[in-house]
Amino acid sequence: MILDGKAPTGPIETSWDRHRFDMKLVNPANKRKYKILVVGTGLAGGAAAASLGELGYNVEAFCYQDSPRRAHSIAAQGGINAAKNYPSDGDSVYRLFYDTVKGGDFRAREADVWRLAQVSNNIIDQCVAQGVPFARDYAGYLDNRSFGGAQVSRTFYARGQTGQQLLLGAYSALSRQIKNKTVKMFARREMLDLVVVDGVAKGIACRNLITGEIESYWGDAVILATGGFVNVFYLSTNAMGCSATAIWRASKKGAYMANPCYTQIHPTCIPQHGDKQSKLTLMSESLRNDGRVWVPKKAEDCDKHPNDIPAEDRDYYLERKYPSFGNLAPRDIASRAAKEQCDDGRGVGDTKRGVYLDFKTSIERVGQPMIAQRYGNLFEMYEKITDENGYERPMRIYPAPHYSMGGLWVDYHCMSNIPGLFVLGEANFSVHGANRLGASALMQGLADGYFVIPYTIAQYMASVKPGEITDEHPEFKKSVEDVKGEINKLLSIKGKKTVGELHRELGSVMWEDVGMARSEASLKHALQRIPEIREEFWKNVNVTGESGELNQQLENAWRLADFLEFAEIMTTDALHREESCGGHFRTEHQTDDGEAMRDDENFCYVGAWEFKGAGVKPELHKEPLKFENVKLAVRSYK
Amino acid sequence: MNLTLHVWRQKGPQAKGKLETYQAKNVSPDQSFLEMLDEVNDDLIKSGKDPIAFDHDCREGICGMCSQVINGRPHGHEERTTVCQLHMRQFNDGDEIFVEPWRAKAFPIQKDLIVDRSSLDAIMQSGGYTSCHTGGVPDGNTFPIPKPVADYAMDAAECIGCGACIAACPNSSAMLYTSAKVAQLAALPQGKPEARKRVKAMTEALLAEGFGNCTNHYECEAACPKGISVKFIAKLNREYLKSMMPSSLGE
Ligand SMILES: Cc1cc2nc3c(=O)[nH]c(=O)nc-3n(C[C@H](O)[C@H](O)[C@H](O)COP(=O)(O)OP(=O)(O)OC[C@H]3O[C@@H](n4cnc5c(N)ncnc54)[C@H](O)[C@@H]3O)c2cc1C
Ligand code: FES
Repeated sequence: MILDGKAPTGPIETSWDRHRFDMKLVNPANKRKYKILVVGTGLAGGAAAASLGELGYNVEAFCYQDSPRRAHSIAAQGGINAAKNYPSDGDSVYRLFYDTVKGGDFRAREADVWRLAQVSNNIIDQCVAQGVPFARDYAGYLDNRSFGGAQVSRTFYARGQTGQQLLLGAYSALSRQIKNKTVKMFARREMLDLVVVDGVAKGIACRNLITGEIESYWGDAVILATGGFVNVFYLSTNAMGCSATAIWRASKKGAYMANPCYTQIHPTCIPQHGDKQSKLTLMSESLRNDGRVWVPKKAEDCDKHPNDIPAEDRDYYLERKYPSFGNLAPRDIASRAAKEQCDDGRGVGDTKRGVYLDFKTSIERVGQPMIAQRYGNLFEMYEKITDENGYERPMRIYPAPHYSMGGLWVDYHCMSNIPGLFVLGEANFSVHGANRLGASALMQGLADGYFVIPYTIAQYMASVKPGEITDEHPEFKKSVEDVKGEINKLLSIKGKKTVGELHRELGSVMWEDVGMARSEASLKHALQRIPEIREEFWKNVNVTGESGELNQQLENAWRLADFLEFAEIMTTDALHREESCGGHFRTEHQTDDGEAMRDDENFCYVGAWEFKGAGVKPELHKEPLKFENVKLAVRSYK
Repeated sequence: MNLTLHVWRQKGPQAKGKLETYQAKNVSPDQSFLEMLDEVNDDLIKSGKDPIAFDHDCREGICGMCSQVINGRPHGHEERTTVCQLHMRQFNDGDEIFVEPWRAKAFPIQKDLIVDRSSLDAIMQSGGYTSCHTGGVPDGNTFPIPKPVADYAMDAAECIGCGACIAACPNSSAMLYTSAKVAQLAALPQGKPEARKRVKAMTEALLAEGFGNCTNHYECEAACPKGISVKFIAKLNREYLKSMMPSSLGE
């Protein structure tokens, strides 16, 4: 099937404004009659729930943590982009749009990206009004830094805790609506099913993580804003609870999964240190503003103390290969370059999977106190984890799974192919194409939540009768029974392996075979291993405890069960996409100097997969992509 | 290294809890405290026992989910560190370690080391925000904010809402937590219009939720993984006094 993204046509500069005018409205008195479920209260869901509640809709919101303030958006460090052009360095809405389309390696829908760039400026204003303490200069004006893939300074930040401050802003707006009783918050709930009635999304089933009860909720529309899925790699920069569960379960109810093979491996993470590790820690990309990346030129120098290696024996490979962007080359490119150096035997650290990020030049230029002021908390975190002082000795970094560009397919309204099911933030596929630029995810989450969904959902609401289907409908009961059945099944296996062991096994297959570089052979190997691990899981996993209680092993078990299915669709997507683009690098498709080679003739489309049963080949639907404003071109950062 | 753990185990909110003893063997100094507990849990699962339940999520010291009292100190003895960032190199072979949940009237235990902290959300809901609408706000540079003021607000805003300050306080007071938000917003031009109302509402909510009064022990600052300063409590007190005085409008 050919999918229609329903993007407005005509001049892109006015596309969102024209479209906003064309959409239907719901009058204030009627809004009260509608109920909207918002699953996930990170930046995207928190902003959406607060804004929709304020507009007058009845909102019920859900998250798995004990408070909306703890969503993983909290961990974002570096910053958020906007086209304010405060430094007058040549930025504009058009340039942010252009950079994002190009950065995504021409695999995103132009109109969606335009809208994102356009509303980016409103986001900064909104956050300032909420009391977000962005960094300021001595005159009291907002300060900016640079991020990868851009030659302007457009990134706003709050020390190394930008995500925390933005999330606390959204949380405060949400708290205000909870107080006003327009939003009802259900924390410690995990959505385990989407209720679809006659092809339309009408509710969810969740587990109350404290009591173990399976509950169902109805709504006239359901919004998923449940974050990213890179924990499929086991080790990643995501939080322990991040999962594909919500979007995967929606996918099993008919929602299409778009571009699941587009995953971002972030170049600057603390290298893995042993096999007992549970997660990887990011060192913000902003560090590349002042840090220089290098490895020894000679393999025999790799064990030397880095400070003993003279400048002429160091290979500042990003500066060498990409002179115009240097250390600020985009993430996919910087990650692959790091892998290349290590594959070439010039990696550093115990495992030899590491490269240096060196601040010496900057410390000499601006002094250590200035560097500490910019990134102090990151240096502290680095030292806690590695026991090394990053001011005195270059940090060691290595790429790690970080972000999912892919996600549920949505049209221009952020609505999936299931009417009434909307998807926001990292959980959808929309604006980042095959590679996301730094500081653009926070922008997208808040754009979707504050400035897109409040408009686009009205168009849908105007077409449905409020409260027509409630949890009296038999589908709700069935959904609850299905979830109970699955939980009982998980608890009854009582095998020999722990959930953690099996997750590690899956993760190592995904990292080796479906990670930074993918080949036909590696992908086929993964497609053989994933079902084997899945089978072993359902025969031999040991989930302790009972269903009617707080049971964290059970939570981990269903998340892994979903990853074990999701991994297969992700690998299938990677195998079918016979080109390299952004974060998806197929070794068969590269230029002589190892750069990604796109195939626009055959793959200039969004690949959206329809689930057909576990272990059954999913069906591919395509949404062709047109580039009318940014010309399709080889993406070069040289 | 090998360690002996004494861990608080409690089946549910109503159940009686007690300390159970476990051995943690071959612990690597590079592991985090939670990774060490993961391994203890793996052993428990393998021997058919219920693993220890504890809250955690980001494991990078920012979400505020992890919450354990280690050897009598919230988040353990290392300064400015959450449990998830506490590394085993801080311990020695043969150590005995006591692991308990946050203890406070306003934080009922749900299971083992997990407590209910919804009272903290309730304080925020009482007024920890500016009442701006989505959209319709001025440009972010309309009100210049002197850098020292922005920095002061940020120092306060760093709170991760974990509740260690309350667990450390002999009165189980939530004063540091509340004052951080009051101070952040009172310092900024965007928060000033509602400052009087906010400080009253939030201090009332704090008492209504069952937290105690502040009697200046300052254990909170010492326990805070983000080093939030008690100077914000003084600021809250000043703001509170201000709110009691008649305003220039004669309210
Ligand atoms: C370490 C790190 C640093 C980053 N730094 C930056 C940066 O500097 N700049 C930038 O732009 N981006 C950054 N990113 C990316 C960015 O933070 C995320 O993409 C973004 O915050 C995601 O927001 P979200 O609202 O979509 O999801 P999240 O914030 O992850 O929220 C997901 C929500 O869904 C809920 N949820 C999930 N599953 C379920 C379920 N089944 N049932 C119920 N609820 C559920 C969760 O409880 C949570 O409330 C970073 C990411 C990481 C991991
Ligand atoms: S787990 Fe997030 S702060 Fe410790």
